[in-house]
Amino acid sequence: MGFLDINNVTKSYGNVEVLHRVDIAVEEGEFLVLVGPSGCGKSTLLNMIAGLEDITSGEIGINGRVVNGVHPSNRNIAMVFQSYALYPNMTVGQNITFGLEMHGVPKPERDKAMTDVAKLLQIEQLLDRKPGQLSGGQRQRVAMGRALVRDPDVFLFDEPLSNLDAKLRVDMRTEIKKLHEKLKTTIVYVTHDQIEAMTLSTRIAVMYQGYVQQLGTPKEIYDTPANLFVATFMGSPAMNIMPARVAVVEGRPHAVVQTSEGGEAQLPFSQDNMAAWDGKEILLGIRPEAITDPDGADRKSNNIVALQNRIVVTEPAGSDTFVTTTLGGKDVISRLRADVSVEPGQLFDFAVNMEKAVAFDPQTEARIEG
Amino acid sequence: MSASAQNQAVQTGRITRTFIYVFLLVASLFYLLPFFIMLVNSLKPLSEITGGNMMALPQTWTIEAWGAAWSTAQVGVEPTGLRPYFWNSIKMVVPAVVISTVLGALNGYVLTKWRFRYDTILFGLMLFSCFIPFQIVLIPMARILGMLGISGTTTGLILVHVVYGIGFSTLYFRNYYAAFPTELVRAAQIDGAGFFQIFRRIMLPSSGPIIVVCVIWQFTNIWNDFLFGASFASGSGAPMTVALNNLVQSSTGVKEYNVHFAGAILAALPTLLVYIVAGRFFVRGLMAGSVKG
Ligand SMILES: Nc1ncnc2c1ncn2[C@@H]1O[C@H](COP(=O)(O)OP(=O)(O)OP(=O)(O)O)[C@@H](O)[C@H]1O
Ligand SMILES: [Mg+2]
Repeated sequence: MGFLDINNVTKSYGNVEVLHRVDIAVEEGEFLVLVGPSGCGKSTLLNMIAGLEDITSGEIGINGRVVNGVHPSNRNIAMVFQSYALYPNMTVGQNITFGLEMHGVPKPERDKAMTDVAKLLQIEQLLDRKPGQLSGGQRQRVAMGRALVRDPDVFLFDEPLSNLDAKLRVDMRTEIKKLHEKLKTTIVYVTHDQIEAMTLSTRIAVMYQGYVQQLGTPKEIYDTPANLFVATFMGSPAMNIMPARVAVVEGRPHAVVQTSEGGEAQLPFSQDNMAAWDGKEILLGIRPEAITDPDGADRKSNNIVALQNRIVVTEPAGSDTFVTTTLGGKDVISRLRADVSVEPGQLFDFAVNMEKAVAFDPQTEARIEG
Repeated sequence: MSASAQNQAVQTGRITRTFIYVFLLVASLFYLLPFFIMLVNSLKPLSEITGGNMMALPQTWTIEAWGAAWSTAQVGVEPTGLRPYFWNSIKMVVPAVVISTVLGALNGYVLTKWRFRYDTILFGLMLFSCFIPFQIVLIPMARILGMLGISGTTTGLILVHVVYGIGFSTLYFRNYYAAFPTELVRAAQIDGAGFFQIFRRIMLPSSGPIIVVCVIWQFTNIWNDFLFGASFASGSGAPMTVALNNLVQSSTGVKEYNVHFAGAILAALPTLLVYIVAGRFFVRGLMAGSVKG
């Protein structure tokens, strides 16, 4: 039983079920990110926590109290909306204190709370302006101020950064993270940006088609994705997925993959239980940073394998060079150090870190545990 | 709002532009001519009208006809002028406009932000009321007013106009609020504002333009209405339009055209005033900055 308890919750609109049996327990002080592609039900789940959408079945509890049917204003939550939803007719100050006013907090206390929040977010000089006179980033701050001033049990954020330009988004991301470290309030944060999810969260729930595909720490999600969807959704560039056959050679399970030259490469698994798949087809998943030039390979890994393959495309990106090659008939992206000189068409000696490789069952698309 | 409309306007050449101006000038002359005739003739003594040219400017300027139309002319059997009927109309139009606008705003708010089952069907039915011809409801309405015991009173007339106006005012506000960001309402809900607090503190302050549109529309319609006034309010309770008709009809002996003209302008003055005063607020974009941008 967590601080925020989402217990077997489903949501239907008419006959269409858009959320299926969601189970998430969030501890106090956690930063949970709901991430997934558009239409997967992130906002719906968040709105159900807020009380803006009815719960079709299941229970949501906040701080030990079941809140099904409790009015949004009595759940002790605060929400930051994607569009900021600032009241256009009120000044920034009035926007921030409106909630307190509605809860009958006397004026001197309201003003005190407003000053504190304004100082925290550095928006003191904006208090008398109308939302229409603010920049996007300033509106974003005001929207956060309006949430902060309530001192809620849980903060809910619905894609708060998606309307900002790229640079501001990165700045505000850092700021939200700082804020969380300072205030230690429980946060549920919706985004479809997997980098935001990785950087901000203490835990991530990856959602797809109304199901929570995987719930775990950023590291768990990244290193041991539960299925093909999570593997390819999280990470940029995406994890390479290629067909392979399992063969036990000298007592050790190997992934046999077709190389660009038509030969077969044998890549030894680090997971011993892959031997049970001897002779069967699997889908092999290797992240771009696990296919590198030999000097760039992870020195701590015990399972680096050399692999000669032809380079198709090179894409220098400044800090790294991304190289496309073909494995198992698929385009595979590898990530080399920026100063390795490579040419398209060249045969190159890659180093594959098989410790980081994962295998998926082609039928169920689930990861084969190892 | 107006600036962006101008930006979108197609650039036109000089000849086209001249043509447009000439055309507009002719059109406005066409519409202003009757008003001009009414105005000049209301400022002449009667002899000048009967004896001469309707288009000519007065030789002796006089506002006698205006005074007569306002306070001494024979309306029906009483020599009261239009004054008491003017106040009848005011007493009818102000409450009727206020009530129908407020109800329309509430309807629009509920139909867009507090959706419920079959709300679109309900809205469709309300829209239907905009298309029902006046004549059809006369007899049922008379019966209802009779049952309520308010037939022949200003209160009865207010009720009729409110009932008739709600369809249009609901249509205006529903369409306006449909574009109003629902996230604002949700934010206010989380902030703890109730149904009426959200309406009063969030929706209404942003509704300026549509309130103006609705008020102009309702005011013009209700003020200019003749049929309901003639049917449901008689004698001393009649509105301005009916009284004007009586003034024109009841003058025994010579027809005092100058008084009639003055009376007609008096009857049209309030609607003119509403356009001039309220029209200025049309162009104000009051929604700026509520959401992303
Ligand atoms: N009022 C509604 N009636 C019917 N279906 C709805 C309604 N609201 C949402 N849905 C459906 O529920 C699903 C989840 O919607 P939701 O808004 O939660 O998606 P999301 O994950 O937040 O997507 P995005 O990233 O685009 O915001 C969608 O498939 C959507 O079509
Ligand atoms: Mg969403």
